[in-house]
Amino acid sequence: MAEKVFTRNFDRPNSHTLAVYRETGGYTALPKALAMEPAAITEEVKKSNLRGLGGAAFPTGMKWSFIPKGSTDPKYLVINADEGEPGTFKDRYLLERDPHALIEGMIIAARAIDSHRGFVYIRGEYVQPWRVFSGAVKEAYEAGLLGQNIQGSGFDFDIVVHRGAGAYICGEETGLLSSLEGKKGWPKIKPPFPAVKGAFGHPTIVNNVETIAAVPHIINRGAAWFAGLGTKTQGGTRLYSVSGHVVKPGVVEAPVSVTLRSLIYDHCGGIRPGHRLKAVVPGGGSAPILTADEIDVTMDADGLKAAGTMIGSAGVIVMDETVSIPEALMVLARFYAHESCGQCTPCRESTGWIYKMSERIVEGKGRKEDLDTIVDVSKRGAGTTICAFYDGAVGPYVSYIEKFREEFEALIPRDNEPTCPS
Amino acid sequence: MPKLTIDGKEIEVAPGTNLIEAARQVGAEVPHYCYHPGLSIAGQCRLCMVDIEKNPRPQIGCNTQAADGMVVHTRTERILETRKSIMEFHLVNHPLDCPVCDQAGECWLQIYYMRHGLYDPRMVDEKVHKPKAVPLGPHVILDAERCILCSRCVRFCDEITHTGELGIFNRGDHSEIGLFPGKTLENKYSGNVIDICPVGALTDRDFRFQVRVWYLDTARSICNGCARGCNVEVHTSRRRLHHNEGRRIARIKPRHNAEVNQWWICDEGRYGFRWIDDDTRLLTPVRREGGRDVAIGWDDSLAAMAAALKRYRPEEIGILASPKMSNEDLFALQRIASHLGVRAVDHRVPPQAPGDQDDFLIRADKNPNTRGAELIGLGQAEAATILEGARQGRIKLLWIFQHDLFDSALSAADVTAALSGAEMVVFQGTNANATSAGAHLVLSSAAYVEREGTFTNFQGRVQRFRTVVEPLGEAMADWQSLGRLGRALSGADPAFAATRAEQVFASLSGQVPAFSGMTYRGLADAGLVAKA
Repeated sequence: MAEKVFTRNFDRPNSHTLAVYRETGGYTALPKALAMEPAAITEEVKKSNLRGLGGAAFPTGMKWSFIPKGSTDPKYLVINADEGEPGTFKDRYLLERDPHALIEGMIIAARAIDSHRGFVYIRGEYVQPWRVFSGAVKEAYEAGLLGQNIQGSGFDFDIVVHRGAGAYICGEETGLLSSLEGKKGWPKIKPPFPAVKGAFGHPTIVNNVETIAAVPHIINRGAAWFAGLGTKTQGGTRLYSVSGHVVKPGVVEAPVSVTLRSLIYDHCGGIRPGHRLKAVVPGGGSAPILTADEIDVTMDADGLKAAGTMIGSAGVIVMDETVSIPEALMVLARFYAHESCGQCTPCRESTGWIYKMSERIVEGKGRKEDLDTIVDVSKRGAGTTICAFYDGAVGPYVSYIEKFREEFEALIPRDNEPTCPS
Repeated sequence: MPKLTIDGKEIEVAPGTNLIEAARQVGAEVPHYCYHPGLSIAGQCRLCMVDIEKNPRPQIGCNTQAADGMVVHTRTERILETRKSIMEFHLVNHPLDCPVCDQAGECWLQIYYMRHGLYDPRMVDEKVHKPKAVPLGPHVILDAERCILCSRCVRFCDEITHTGELGIFNRGDHSEIGLFPGKTLENKYSGNVIDICPVGALTDRDFRFQVRVWYLDTARSICNGCARGCNVEVHTSRRRLHHNEGRRIARIKPRHNAEVNQWWICDEGRYGFRWIDDDTRLLTPVRREGGRDVAIGWDDSLAAMAAALKRYRPEEIGILASPKMSNEDLFALQRIASHLGVRAVDHRVPPQAPGDQDDFLIRADKNPNTRGAELIGLGQAEAATILEGARQGRIKLLWIFQHDLFDSALSAADVTAALSGAEMVVFQGTNANATSAGAHLVLSSAAYVEREGTFTNFQGRVQRFRTVVEPLGEAMADWQSLGRLGRALSGADPAFAATRAEQVFASLSGQVPAFSGMTYRGLADAGLVAKA
């Protein structure tokens, strides 16, 4: 069994409390980090090959280094706990079962980027995670781990816990910042990038919960150890949210070099009895789909990129032969049409359009040209928008149709001739 | 100054210039909806994509600043395809109700579809339905289905008027423009959102369904509503006389002048044109005989006027010029006063209540040419003193231009006493009012849109306005009637001999130091500032 990093406390009773966190070495990385030069912390994280675990897999240390050198502006550390990607539920476990790992990681990251205020943006639906995490923050304040002059180091850091109101787009880095600022959760045009001009107009680093939860371990056990757990280009283990038709769905910790096959069959007990694997979405709703024949891929960012899909948020949705791919596409298309923020025209207009087409196909009212239209519209809109939302939607739109075209065609009436729209 | 290449043409632009503006300077159109030079960058419509060498993806021109050495292409195969796609997205849910849409003919969906779209529509599903014909305020009405959500109107109310009435509500293709709860779009500049709306979503309640825009004619003018002198375009309906309820002036639109009004005008100015075509217009010179109005031609009226001016001694004549008159009119009048030796001349009649003023465009002084009247020297006396003179019988001929003295801060009793104290009251103006009702001789002036000339705004900027329509009836520009009068009085001033406003202006610039060196043509579109 692989080493447990993120989940090592998950099964301990009261793992969310400071006392239990301390029993397993919690807050021992903090004094080390507070004694380090900020640049040395960033350097250590760079060497660990830690990459963002929220979706984009951007190298974390490099992101931190984008904060303008010598800037006297206030700097903010913002934690993205909006976990909204379909099929993803690992940050929820971290917030509920190991909240102090995030708090300790935040203090260390804040020290690295010279920030004295952090925000944790928790999705509105996550009531219990919010309660537990807020309790942990209170405990940390009471223990002198947050606030002024932390542990006598002279370093100040405060955490503000903010609840979202239920929009998927608020999980997009800059949409989150707009929402945090009290505005409509619209992503911001770049440049400027958040590291230069982010929350409230100040340099800001936005990191995912899991990414920051990895930081204390890296400081404690060294960059080389963390890097050694993974592949050449990505260090560590990570949490996979596995759902769907496996025997044991749930949050699974595995090295990023694990194969999708191993994840399904070794970690999750394989496909439910009497059924066979049909398709897998490897990285949350926005990742292009893989067929049953395509699961011998490593579940790191570059491995899946090479396979034409993406690791995204590592939400693994396993589908057996009972799943209708056209219906699955319709469900996702409905999600994207509902969640598009409406700011950029291509995304606003085509998510709704594609949903209508996909719904019509499922209802048996499809037209021969619909499939080509969906693929063409998707490709034409890709890369034209402010944020990555639409590019994410294009993943399923195109891959579901290209890989399961016969299944879609079977739903389209044979004698269908183009008719006048009603 | 960054030097870059756009479509193979080298150009140097001011630092901070974006690629839409830089391309415009080399004559390349980068189509766009959400970008407006007077508003912040939104980057939402995604239409202004350009290719920049060494950049893997097309970039939006609005949010990309020109940089030294940049090589930009606005018409690559990829860009042309992208524009086509973006146009399709903009139109997927558009109702295509052009035949009943006021914007048709000046709609950027139509224009850009023809220039950059021309695809075959593929959308066969039911379009998204949204509220239609929703009044947002006294002037603006919304059709949310036509809206392309460029957010220009929202940004205008946030950034220019700071009133924040509008927002975009809901998400995805159900997003729509609307008012925040409890708000009404009734700020003093609300009409501008109609101008900046690139489509038919926001239309003008005043202009709606009056004239199809292709029947409109346009002329450059200056708003005469206050001392700002906002640059405007006057749109007239003369091709379909039954349209616009028979009125000639259909609407007023702002015209950009960076030094005066940028892209905007106030609602007061925008909608303050009804007097031009209304029933109170004075169409012909009139003499009052025994309580009866007798229409007389200009020949007789000017002969009578000349005789009166000769009959009275200069100190028995009082003149109330109007700061609504053009520089040319005022100069011709000043020459007559000077020729006759009349010193009781003023242009200042205090308003009943102080005019509304703000820190943006609106000025308290509701006259377009007070500064011109001051510079030309029509304020040697005080209006109140002149009227006092009439009341006491010292002033026997009272010549009033345009003012309604009863609609002023002067007491009605004093005005009545002055009008009855003078032996002869002459009113010269565009519209009848309580003052003209008491005049013995009424001379009909052409409205500013019926002739050309110049106004000097409160900053001293001298600006030209053009002839938009012919004068009603026999109404005549004041400089013209005053020139004829000057000649009848044997005045030799070249201004009296002028046959065009330009010639009066030339005479003015030759004789009034503040205007020296200016030529009518040299004023061009931006105007010139008079020497203080």
